[in-house]
Amino acid sequence: MLFTSYEFLFFLAVLVILYYHTPPEKQWIMLLAASLGFYASFGPVYLCYIGTTILTVWFCGIQLEKNLVHQKVVLEEQKGAGSREEKKNYKLRQKAIRSRMQALCIVFNLGILAVVKYANFFIANVNGALSLFGQSEGLSFVSIAMPLGISFYTLQAIGYLVDVGRGTVQAEKNLFKFALFVSFFPQVIQGPISRFGDLSKTLYEGHPYDPQTVAFGLERILWGFFKKLVIADRLMPLVTGIISDAGAYQGAYAAVAMLVYTVELYADFTGGIDISIGVAEALGVQVQENFLRPYFSTSLKEYWRRWHISMCSWFRDYVFYPVSTSKGMQSFAKFLRKRFGPNLGKRLPVYVSSCVVWFATGIWHGARWNFIVWGWLHFAILMISEECEPLYERFHARFGLIDRKGYHFFMMARTFLLVCVLNLFDCYVNVADTLSVLASIFAVHNWGLLLDGSFEWFGLGLSDFVVAFLGVGLMLFVSIQQEKEWVRDQVARWPFAARACVWSGLFLIVLIFGAYGIGYDSAQFIYNRF
Amino acid sequence: MYKRKRKARMALAVLIVLIILYLLQRLFVPKYVDGIVEGAFVAEYYREANKDFDVLFVGDCEVYENFSPVALWNEYGIHSYIRGSAEQYIWQSYYLLEDALRYHKPKVVVFNIQSLQFDKSQSEAYNRMSIEGMRWSMSKVRDIFASMTEEEHFIEYVFPLLRYHSRWNDLSMDDLRYMFSTKPVTFNGYYMRVDALPAKDVPKGKPMADYSFGDNAWKYLEKMRVLCEENGIELITIKAPSLYPYWYEEWDEQAADYAKEHDLMYINFLKIQDQTGIDYDTDTYDAGLHMNLSGAKKLSHYLGRILRAEGVPDRRGDPELDALWAKETKRYNREIKAQKIRYGIE
Repeated sequence: MLFTSYEFLFFLAVLVILYYHTPPEKQWIMLLAASLGFYASFGPVYLCYIGTTILTVWFCGIQLEKNLVHQKVVLEEQKGAGSREEKKNYKLRQKAIRSRMQALCIVFNLGILAVVKYANFFIANVNGALSLFGQSEGLSFVSIAMPLGISFYTLQAIGYLVDVGRGTVQAEKNLFKFALFVSFFPQVIQGPISRFGDLSKTLYEGHPYDPQTVAFGLERILWGFFKKLVIADRLMPLVTGIISDAGAYQGAYAAVAMLVYTVELYADFTGGIDISIGVAEALGVQVQENFLRPYFSTSLKEYWRRWHISMCSWFRDYVFYPVSTSKGMQSFAKFLRKRFGPNLGKRLPVYVSSCVVWFATGIWHGARWNFIVWGWLHFAILMISEECEPLYERFHARFGLIDRKGYHFFMMARTFLLVCVLNLFDCYVNVADTLSVLASIFAVHNWGLLLDGSFEWFGLGLSDFVVAFLGVGLMLFVSIQQEKEWVRDQVARWPFAARACVWSGLFLIVLIFGAYGIGYDSAQFIYNRF
Repeated sequence: MYKRKRKARMALAVLIVLIILYLLQRLFVPKYVDGIVEGAFVAEYYREANKDFDVLFVGDCEVYENFSPVALWNEYGIHSYIRGSAEQYIWQSYYLLEDALRYHKPKVVVFNIQSLQFDKSQSEAYNRMSIEGMRWSMSKVRDIFASMTEEEHFIEYVFPLLRYHSRWNDLSMDDLRYMFSTKPVTFNGYYMRVDALPAKDVPKGKPMADYSFGDNAWKYLEKMRVLCEENGIELITIKAPSLYPYWYEEWDEQAADYAKEHDLMYINFLKIQDQTGIDYDTDTYDAGLHMNLSGAKKLSHYLGRILRAEGVPDRRGDPELDALWAKETKRYNREIKAQKIRYGIE
């Protein structure tokens, strides 16, 4: 049941009606039933995977909290008795128990993810290594269907567990409420990756019917449909066609695919997130924002503060911080400080931790070397940018560039192009193809195809480009407006007739110009496959 | 007071959007007035002023191009209609018959069994041409569910705009002109062609692994037979004399056996060429696939005699029908003249 399917719209309509006719204290039960039903629609067997994660993480969370409470009680009881050293040792022992429990649960759940997502990648690499040593027969590939959204809900559940272990949130005692947190249907397939502390504030409480909230939610859904159906899915055949044959479509084709894919990816992913947030909002649940107009970023660092925010912050909080503050890293930093001075001792551990994070981010996106290289390229660019920061500052100060609009625009364009290049790794199946295609942009001089009319557009005609171009224009206009204030809030202050025209107009645009139905290859959201 | 005002303006906005949607839907649905006209056939049935037909033909192009109700009327006084569309599948013929029974009970139903070869719908385009023209009834709903291919959705039949939205790129002046009413393209369901293209080198059918008709096809033939029986209608099964698609002897045996088993009349026009007088040099307009006007007249002449022998009355002399058929014949003759000019026929 894709978000853009008729079945989903019907499901949502029925759910909204039933939800607001349910007593507020029982609404979360309705959401749980809907979430499990939604998830089961992709295949009832997938419920086993998500069910296992729910049960293990919930149980571990309860045990972690029990341990924390027990520790507190024991320490309370020992107030005045026992030495400080004894208490410290006791605390350390308890912390070690909690860490072991937590690690076991995390390894188990990451193990599920690893098996379903990375087993064949691992086997392919082992076979590759064996063939280097002349072994022609390798391991057989396994056939395991990957449950949709496993990368998302696993991270969300692990985040919860770590938070409980850190004592930043209380463990959810009710298994079913916890099941709802992990499986909440608007976000289970492609995020955002919510934090328990944020989502639980509105997920479990009752929501009386508020026309304004429902209307806002529906407006957000409509905007998501616009981005997905009018822009992303209309452009998709061109990108799919070009990347289908890395050897044949090079040079100008690669450049066009690179630019168009970056637009398509944005429209697709942010469109999907708009639908997710809108659906949750229509049900009264607040889900965190996942994008802040990332293509307006002036650096790659800023871009990653604005793109897929929930994933980035997850890797920061649950990978970067634990790695960079781990005992091993502390010892490494100490060693470096002693040997090479405080400067390197401070920076190198951060870079090593970043390298780990970008490896994790890359492989999280997909079981391909392409994604690993993509992650490490990000790391390399970010590290070089960081090292060159003082140079940039001097350069900007000397020429007084930083406040100039033109230079600001140049930095935005530069970052956008950089992102376009990096996104190529997302398109092709292997590193060699990606690098060959990338090199062809400079080496293959077939730009004349664009002018002499022999460029293959994969079924897209001029009218398709006019629609996509106008769609992107509208998306850009809204993004510029949103830098000041949410367009939806601006429109909400307009007179009723104007509001009605805007939203009905958008509805009709999606209805007429959306690339859906027979004749279109209705695409799954790109991030669903991660 | 404020709440009531808010509700009223909301209702007005919804109403305006619904009207716009209706207009857009009318604009976007194909009109089938020129070029591919087969999609217009089914809807034309409902325009008939007098639906008290004695003979109802159901089937695919092998009925709507091979028999002429105008010829049947003028020669035998048989009041008939053809409910057919391109590659109309047997379940579609069944539901069109069921739908027609809401308006009248014919004495005879003539069904062309060519469609027995299909056990499930092959093409969304053909589904659309057969189903969209039907008026809404449970027959139509069941027809949709029986016909839908995997890529189709029921809701797209309820709101065709969802299916045809992408036509914004192909809209023509005809879409505006025929937004609310279209011109008739058939003559009581008969699609006329006057030109001729001799049948030459008609390919033989390729050997098949299994010649048995599918269970679903049999199911609907049986349903059709029972429906006719329950309504006191005589069912005549025919195989029109189209040379292509190839009609296998093994298929013919199955059709003949079924007819025999249930005491139905079965006429295979392919085997009685000497009696019908069909000449594949002059009586087909597309090299043997379909009859032209000359061929349709010959088949109507032959079948009309049988129908009359089966008790179908000669209703000439009924002032209402005389007037209707006179009008139809006039339009029919005008079309013959126009087509002769178009195809350069003396």
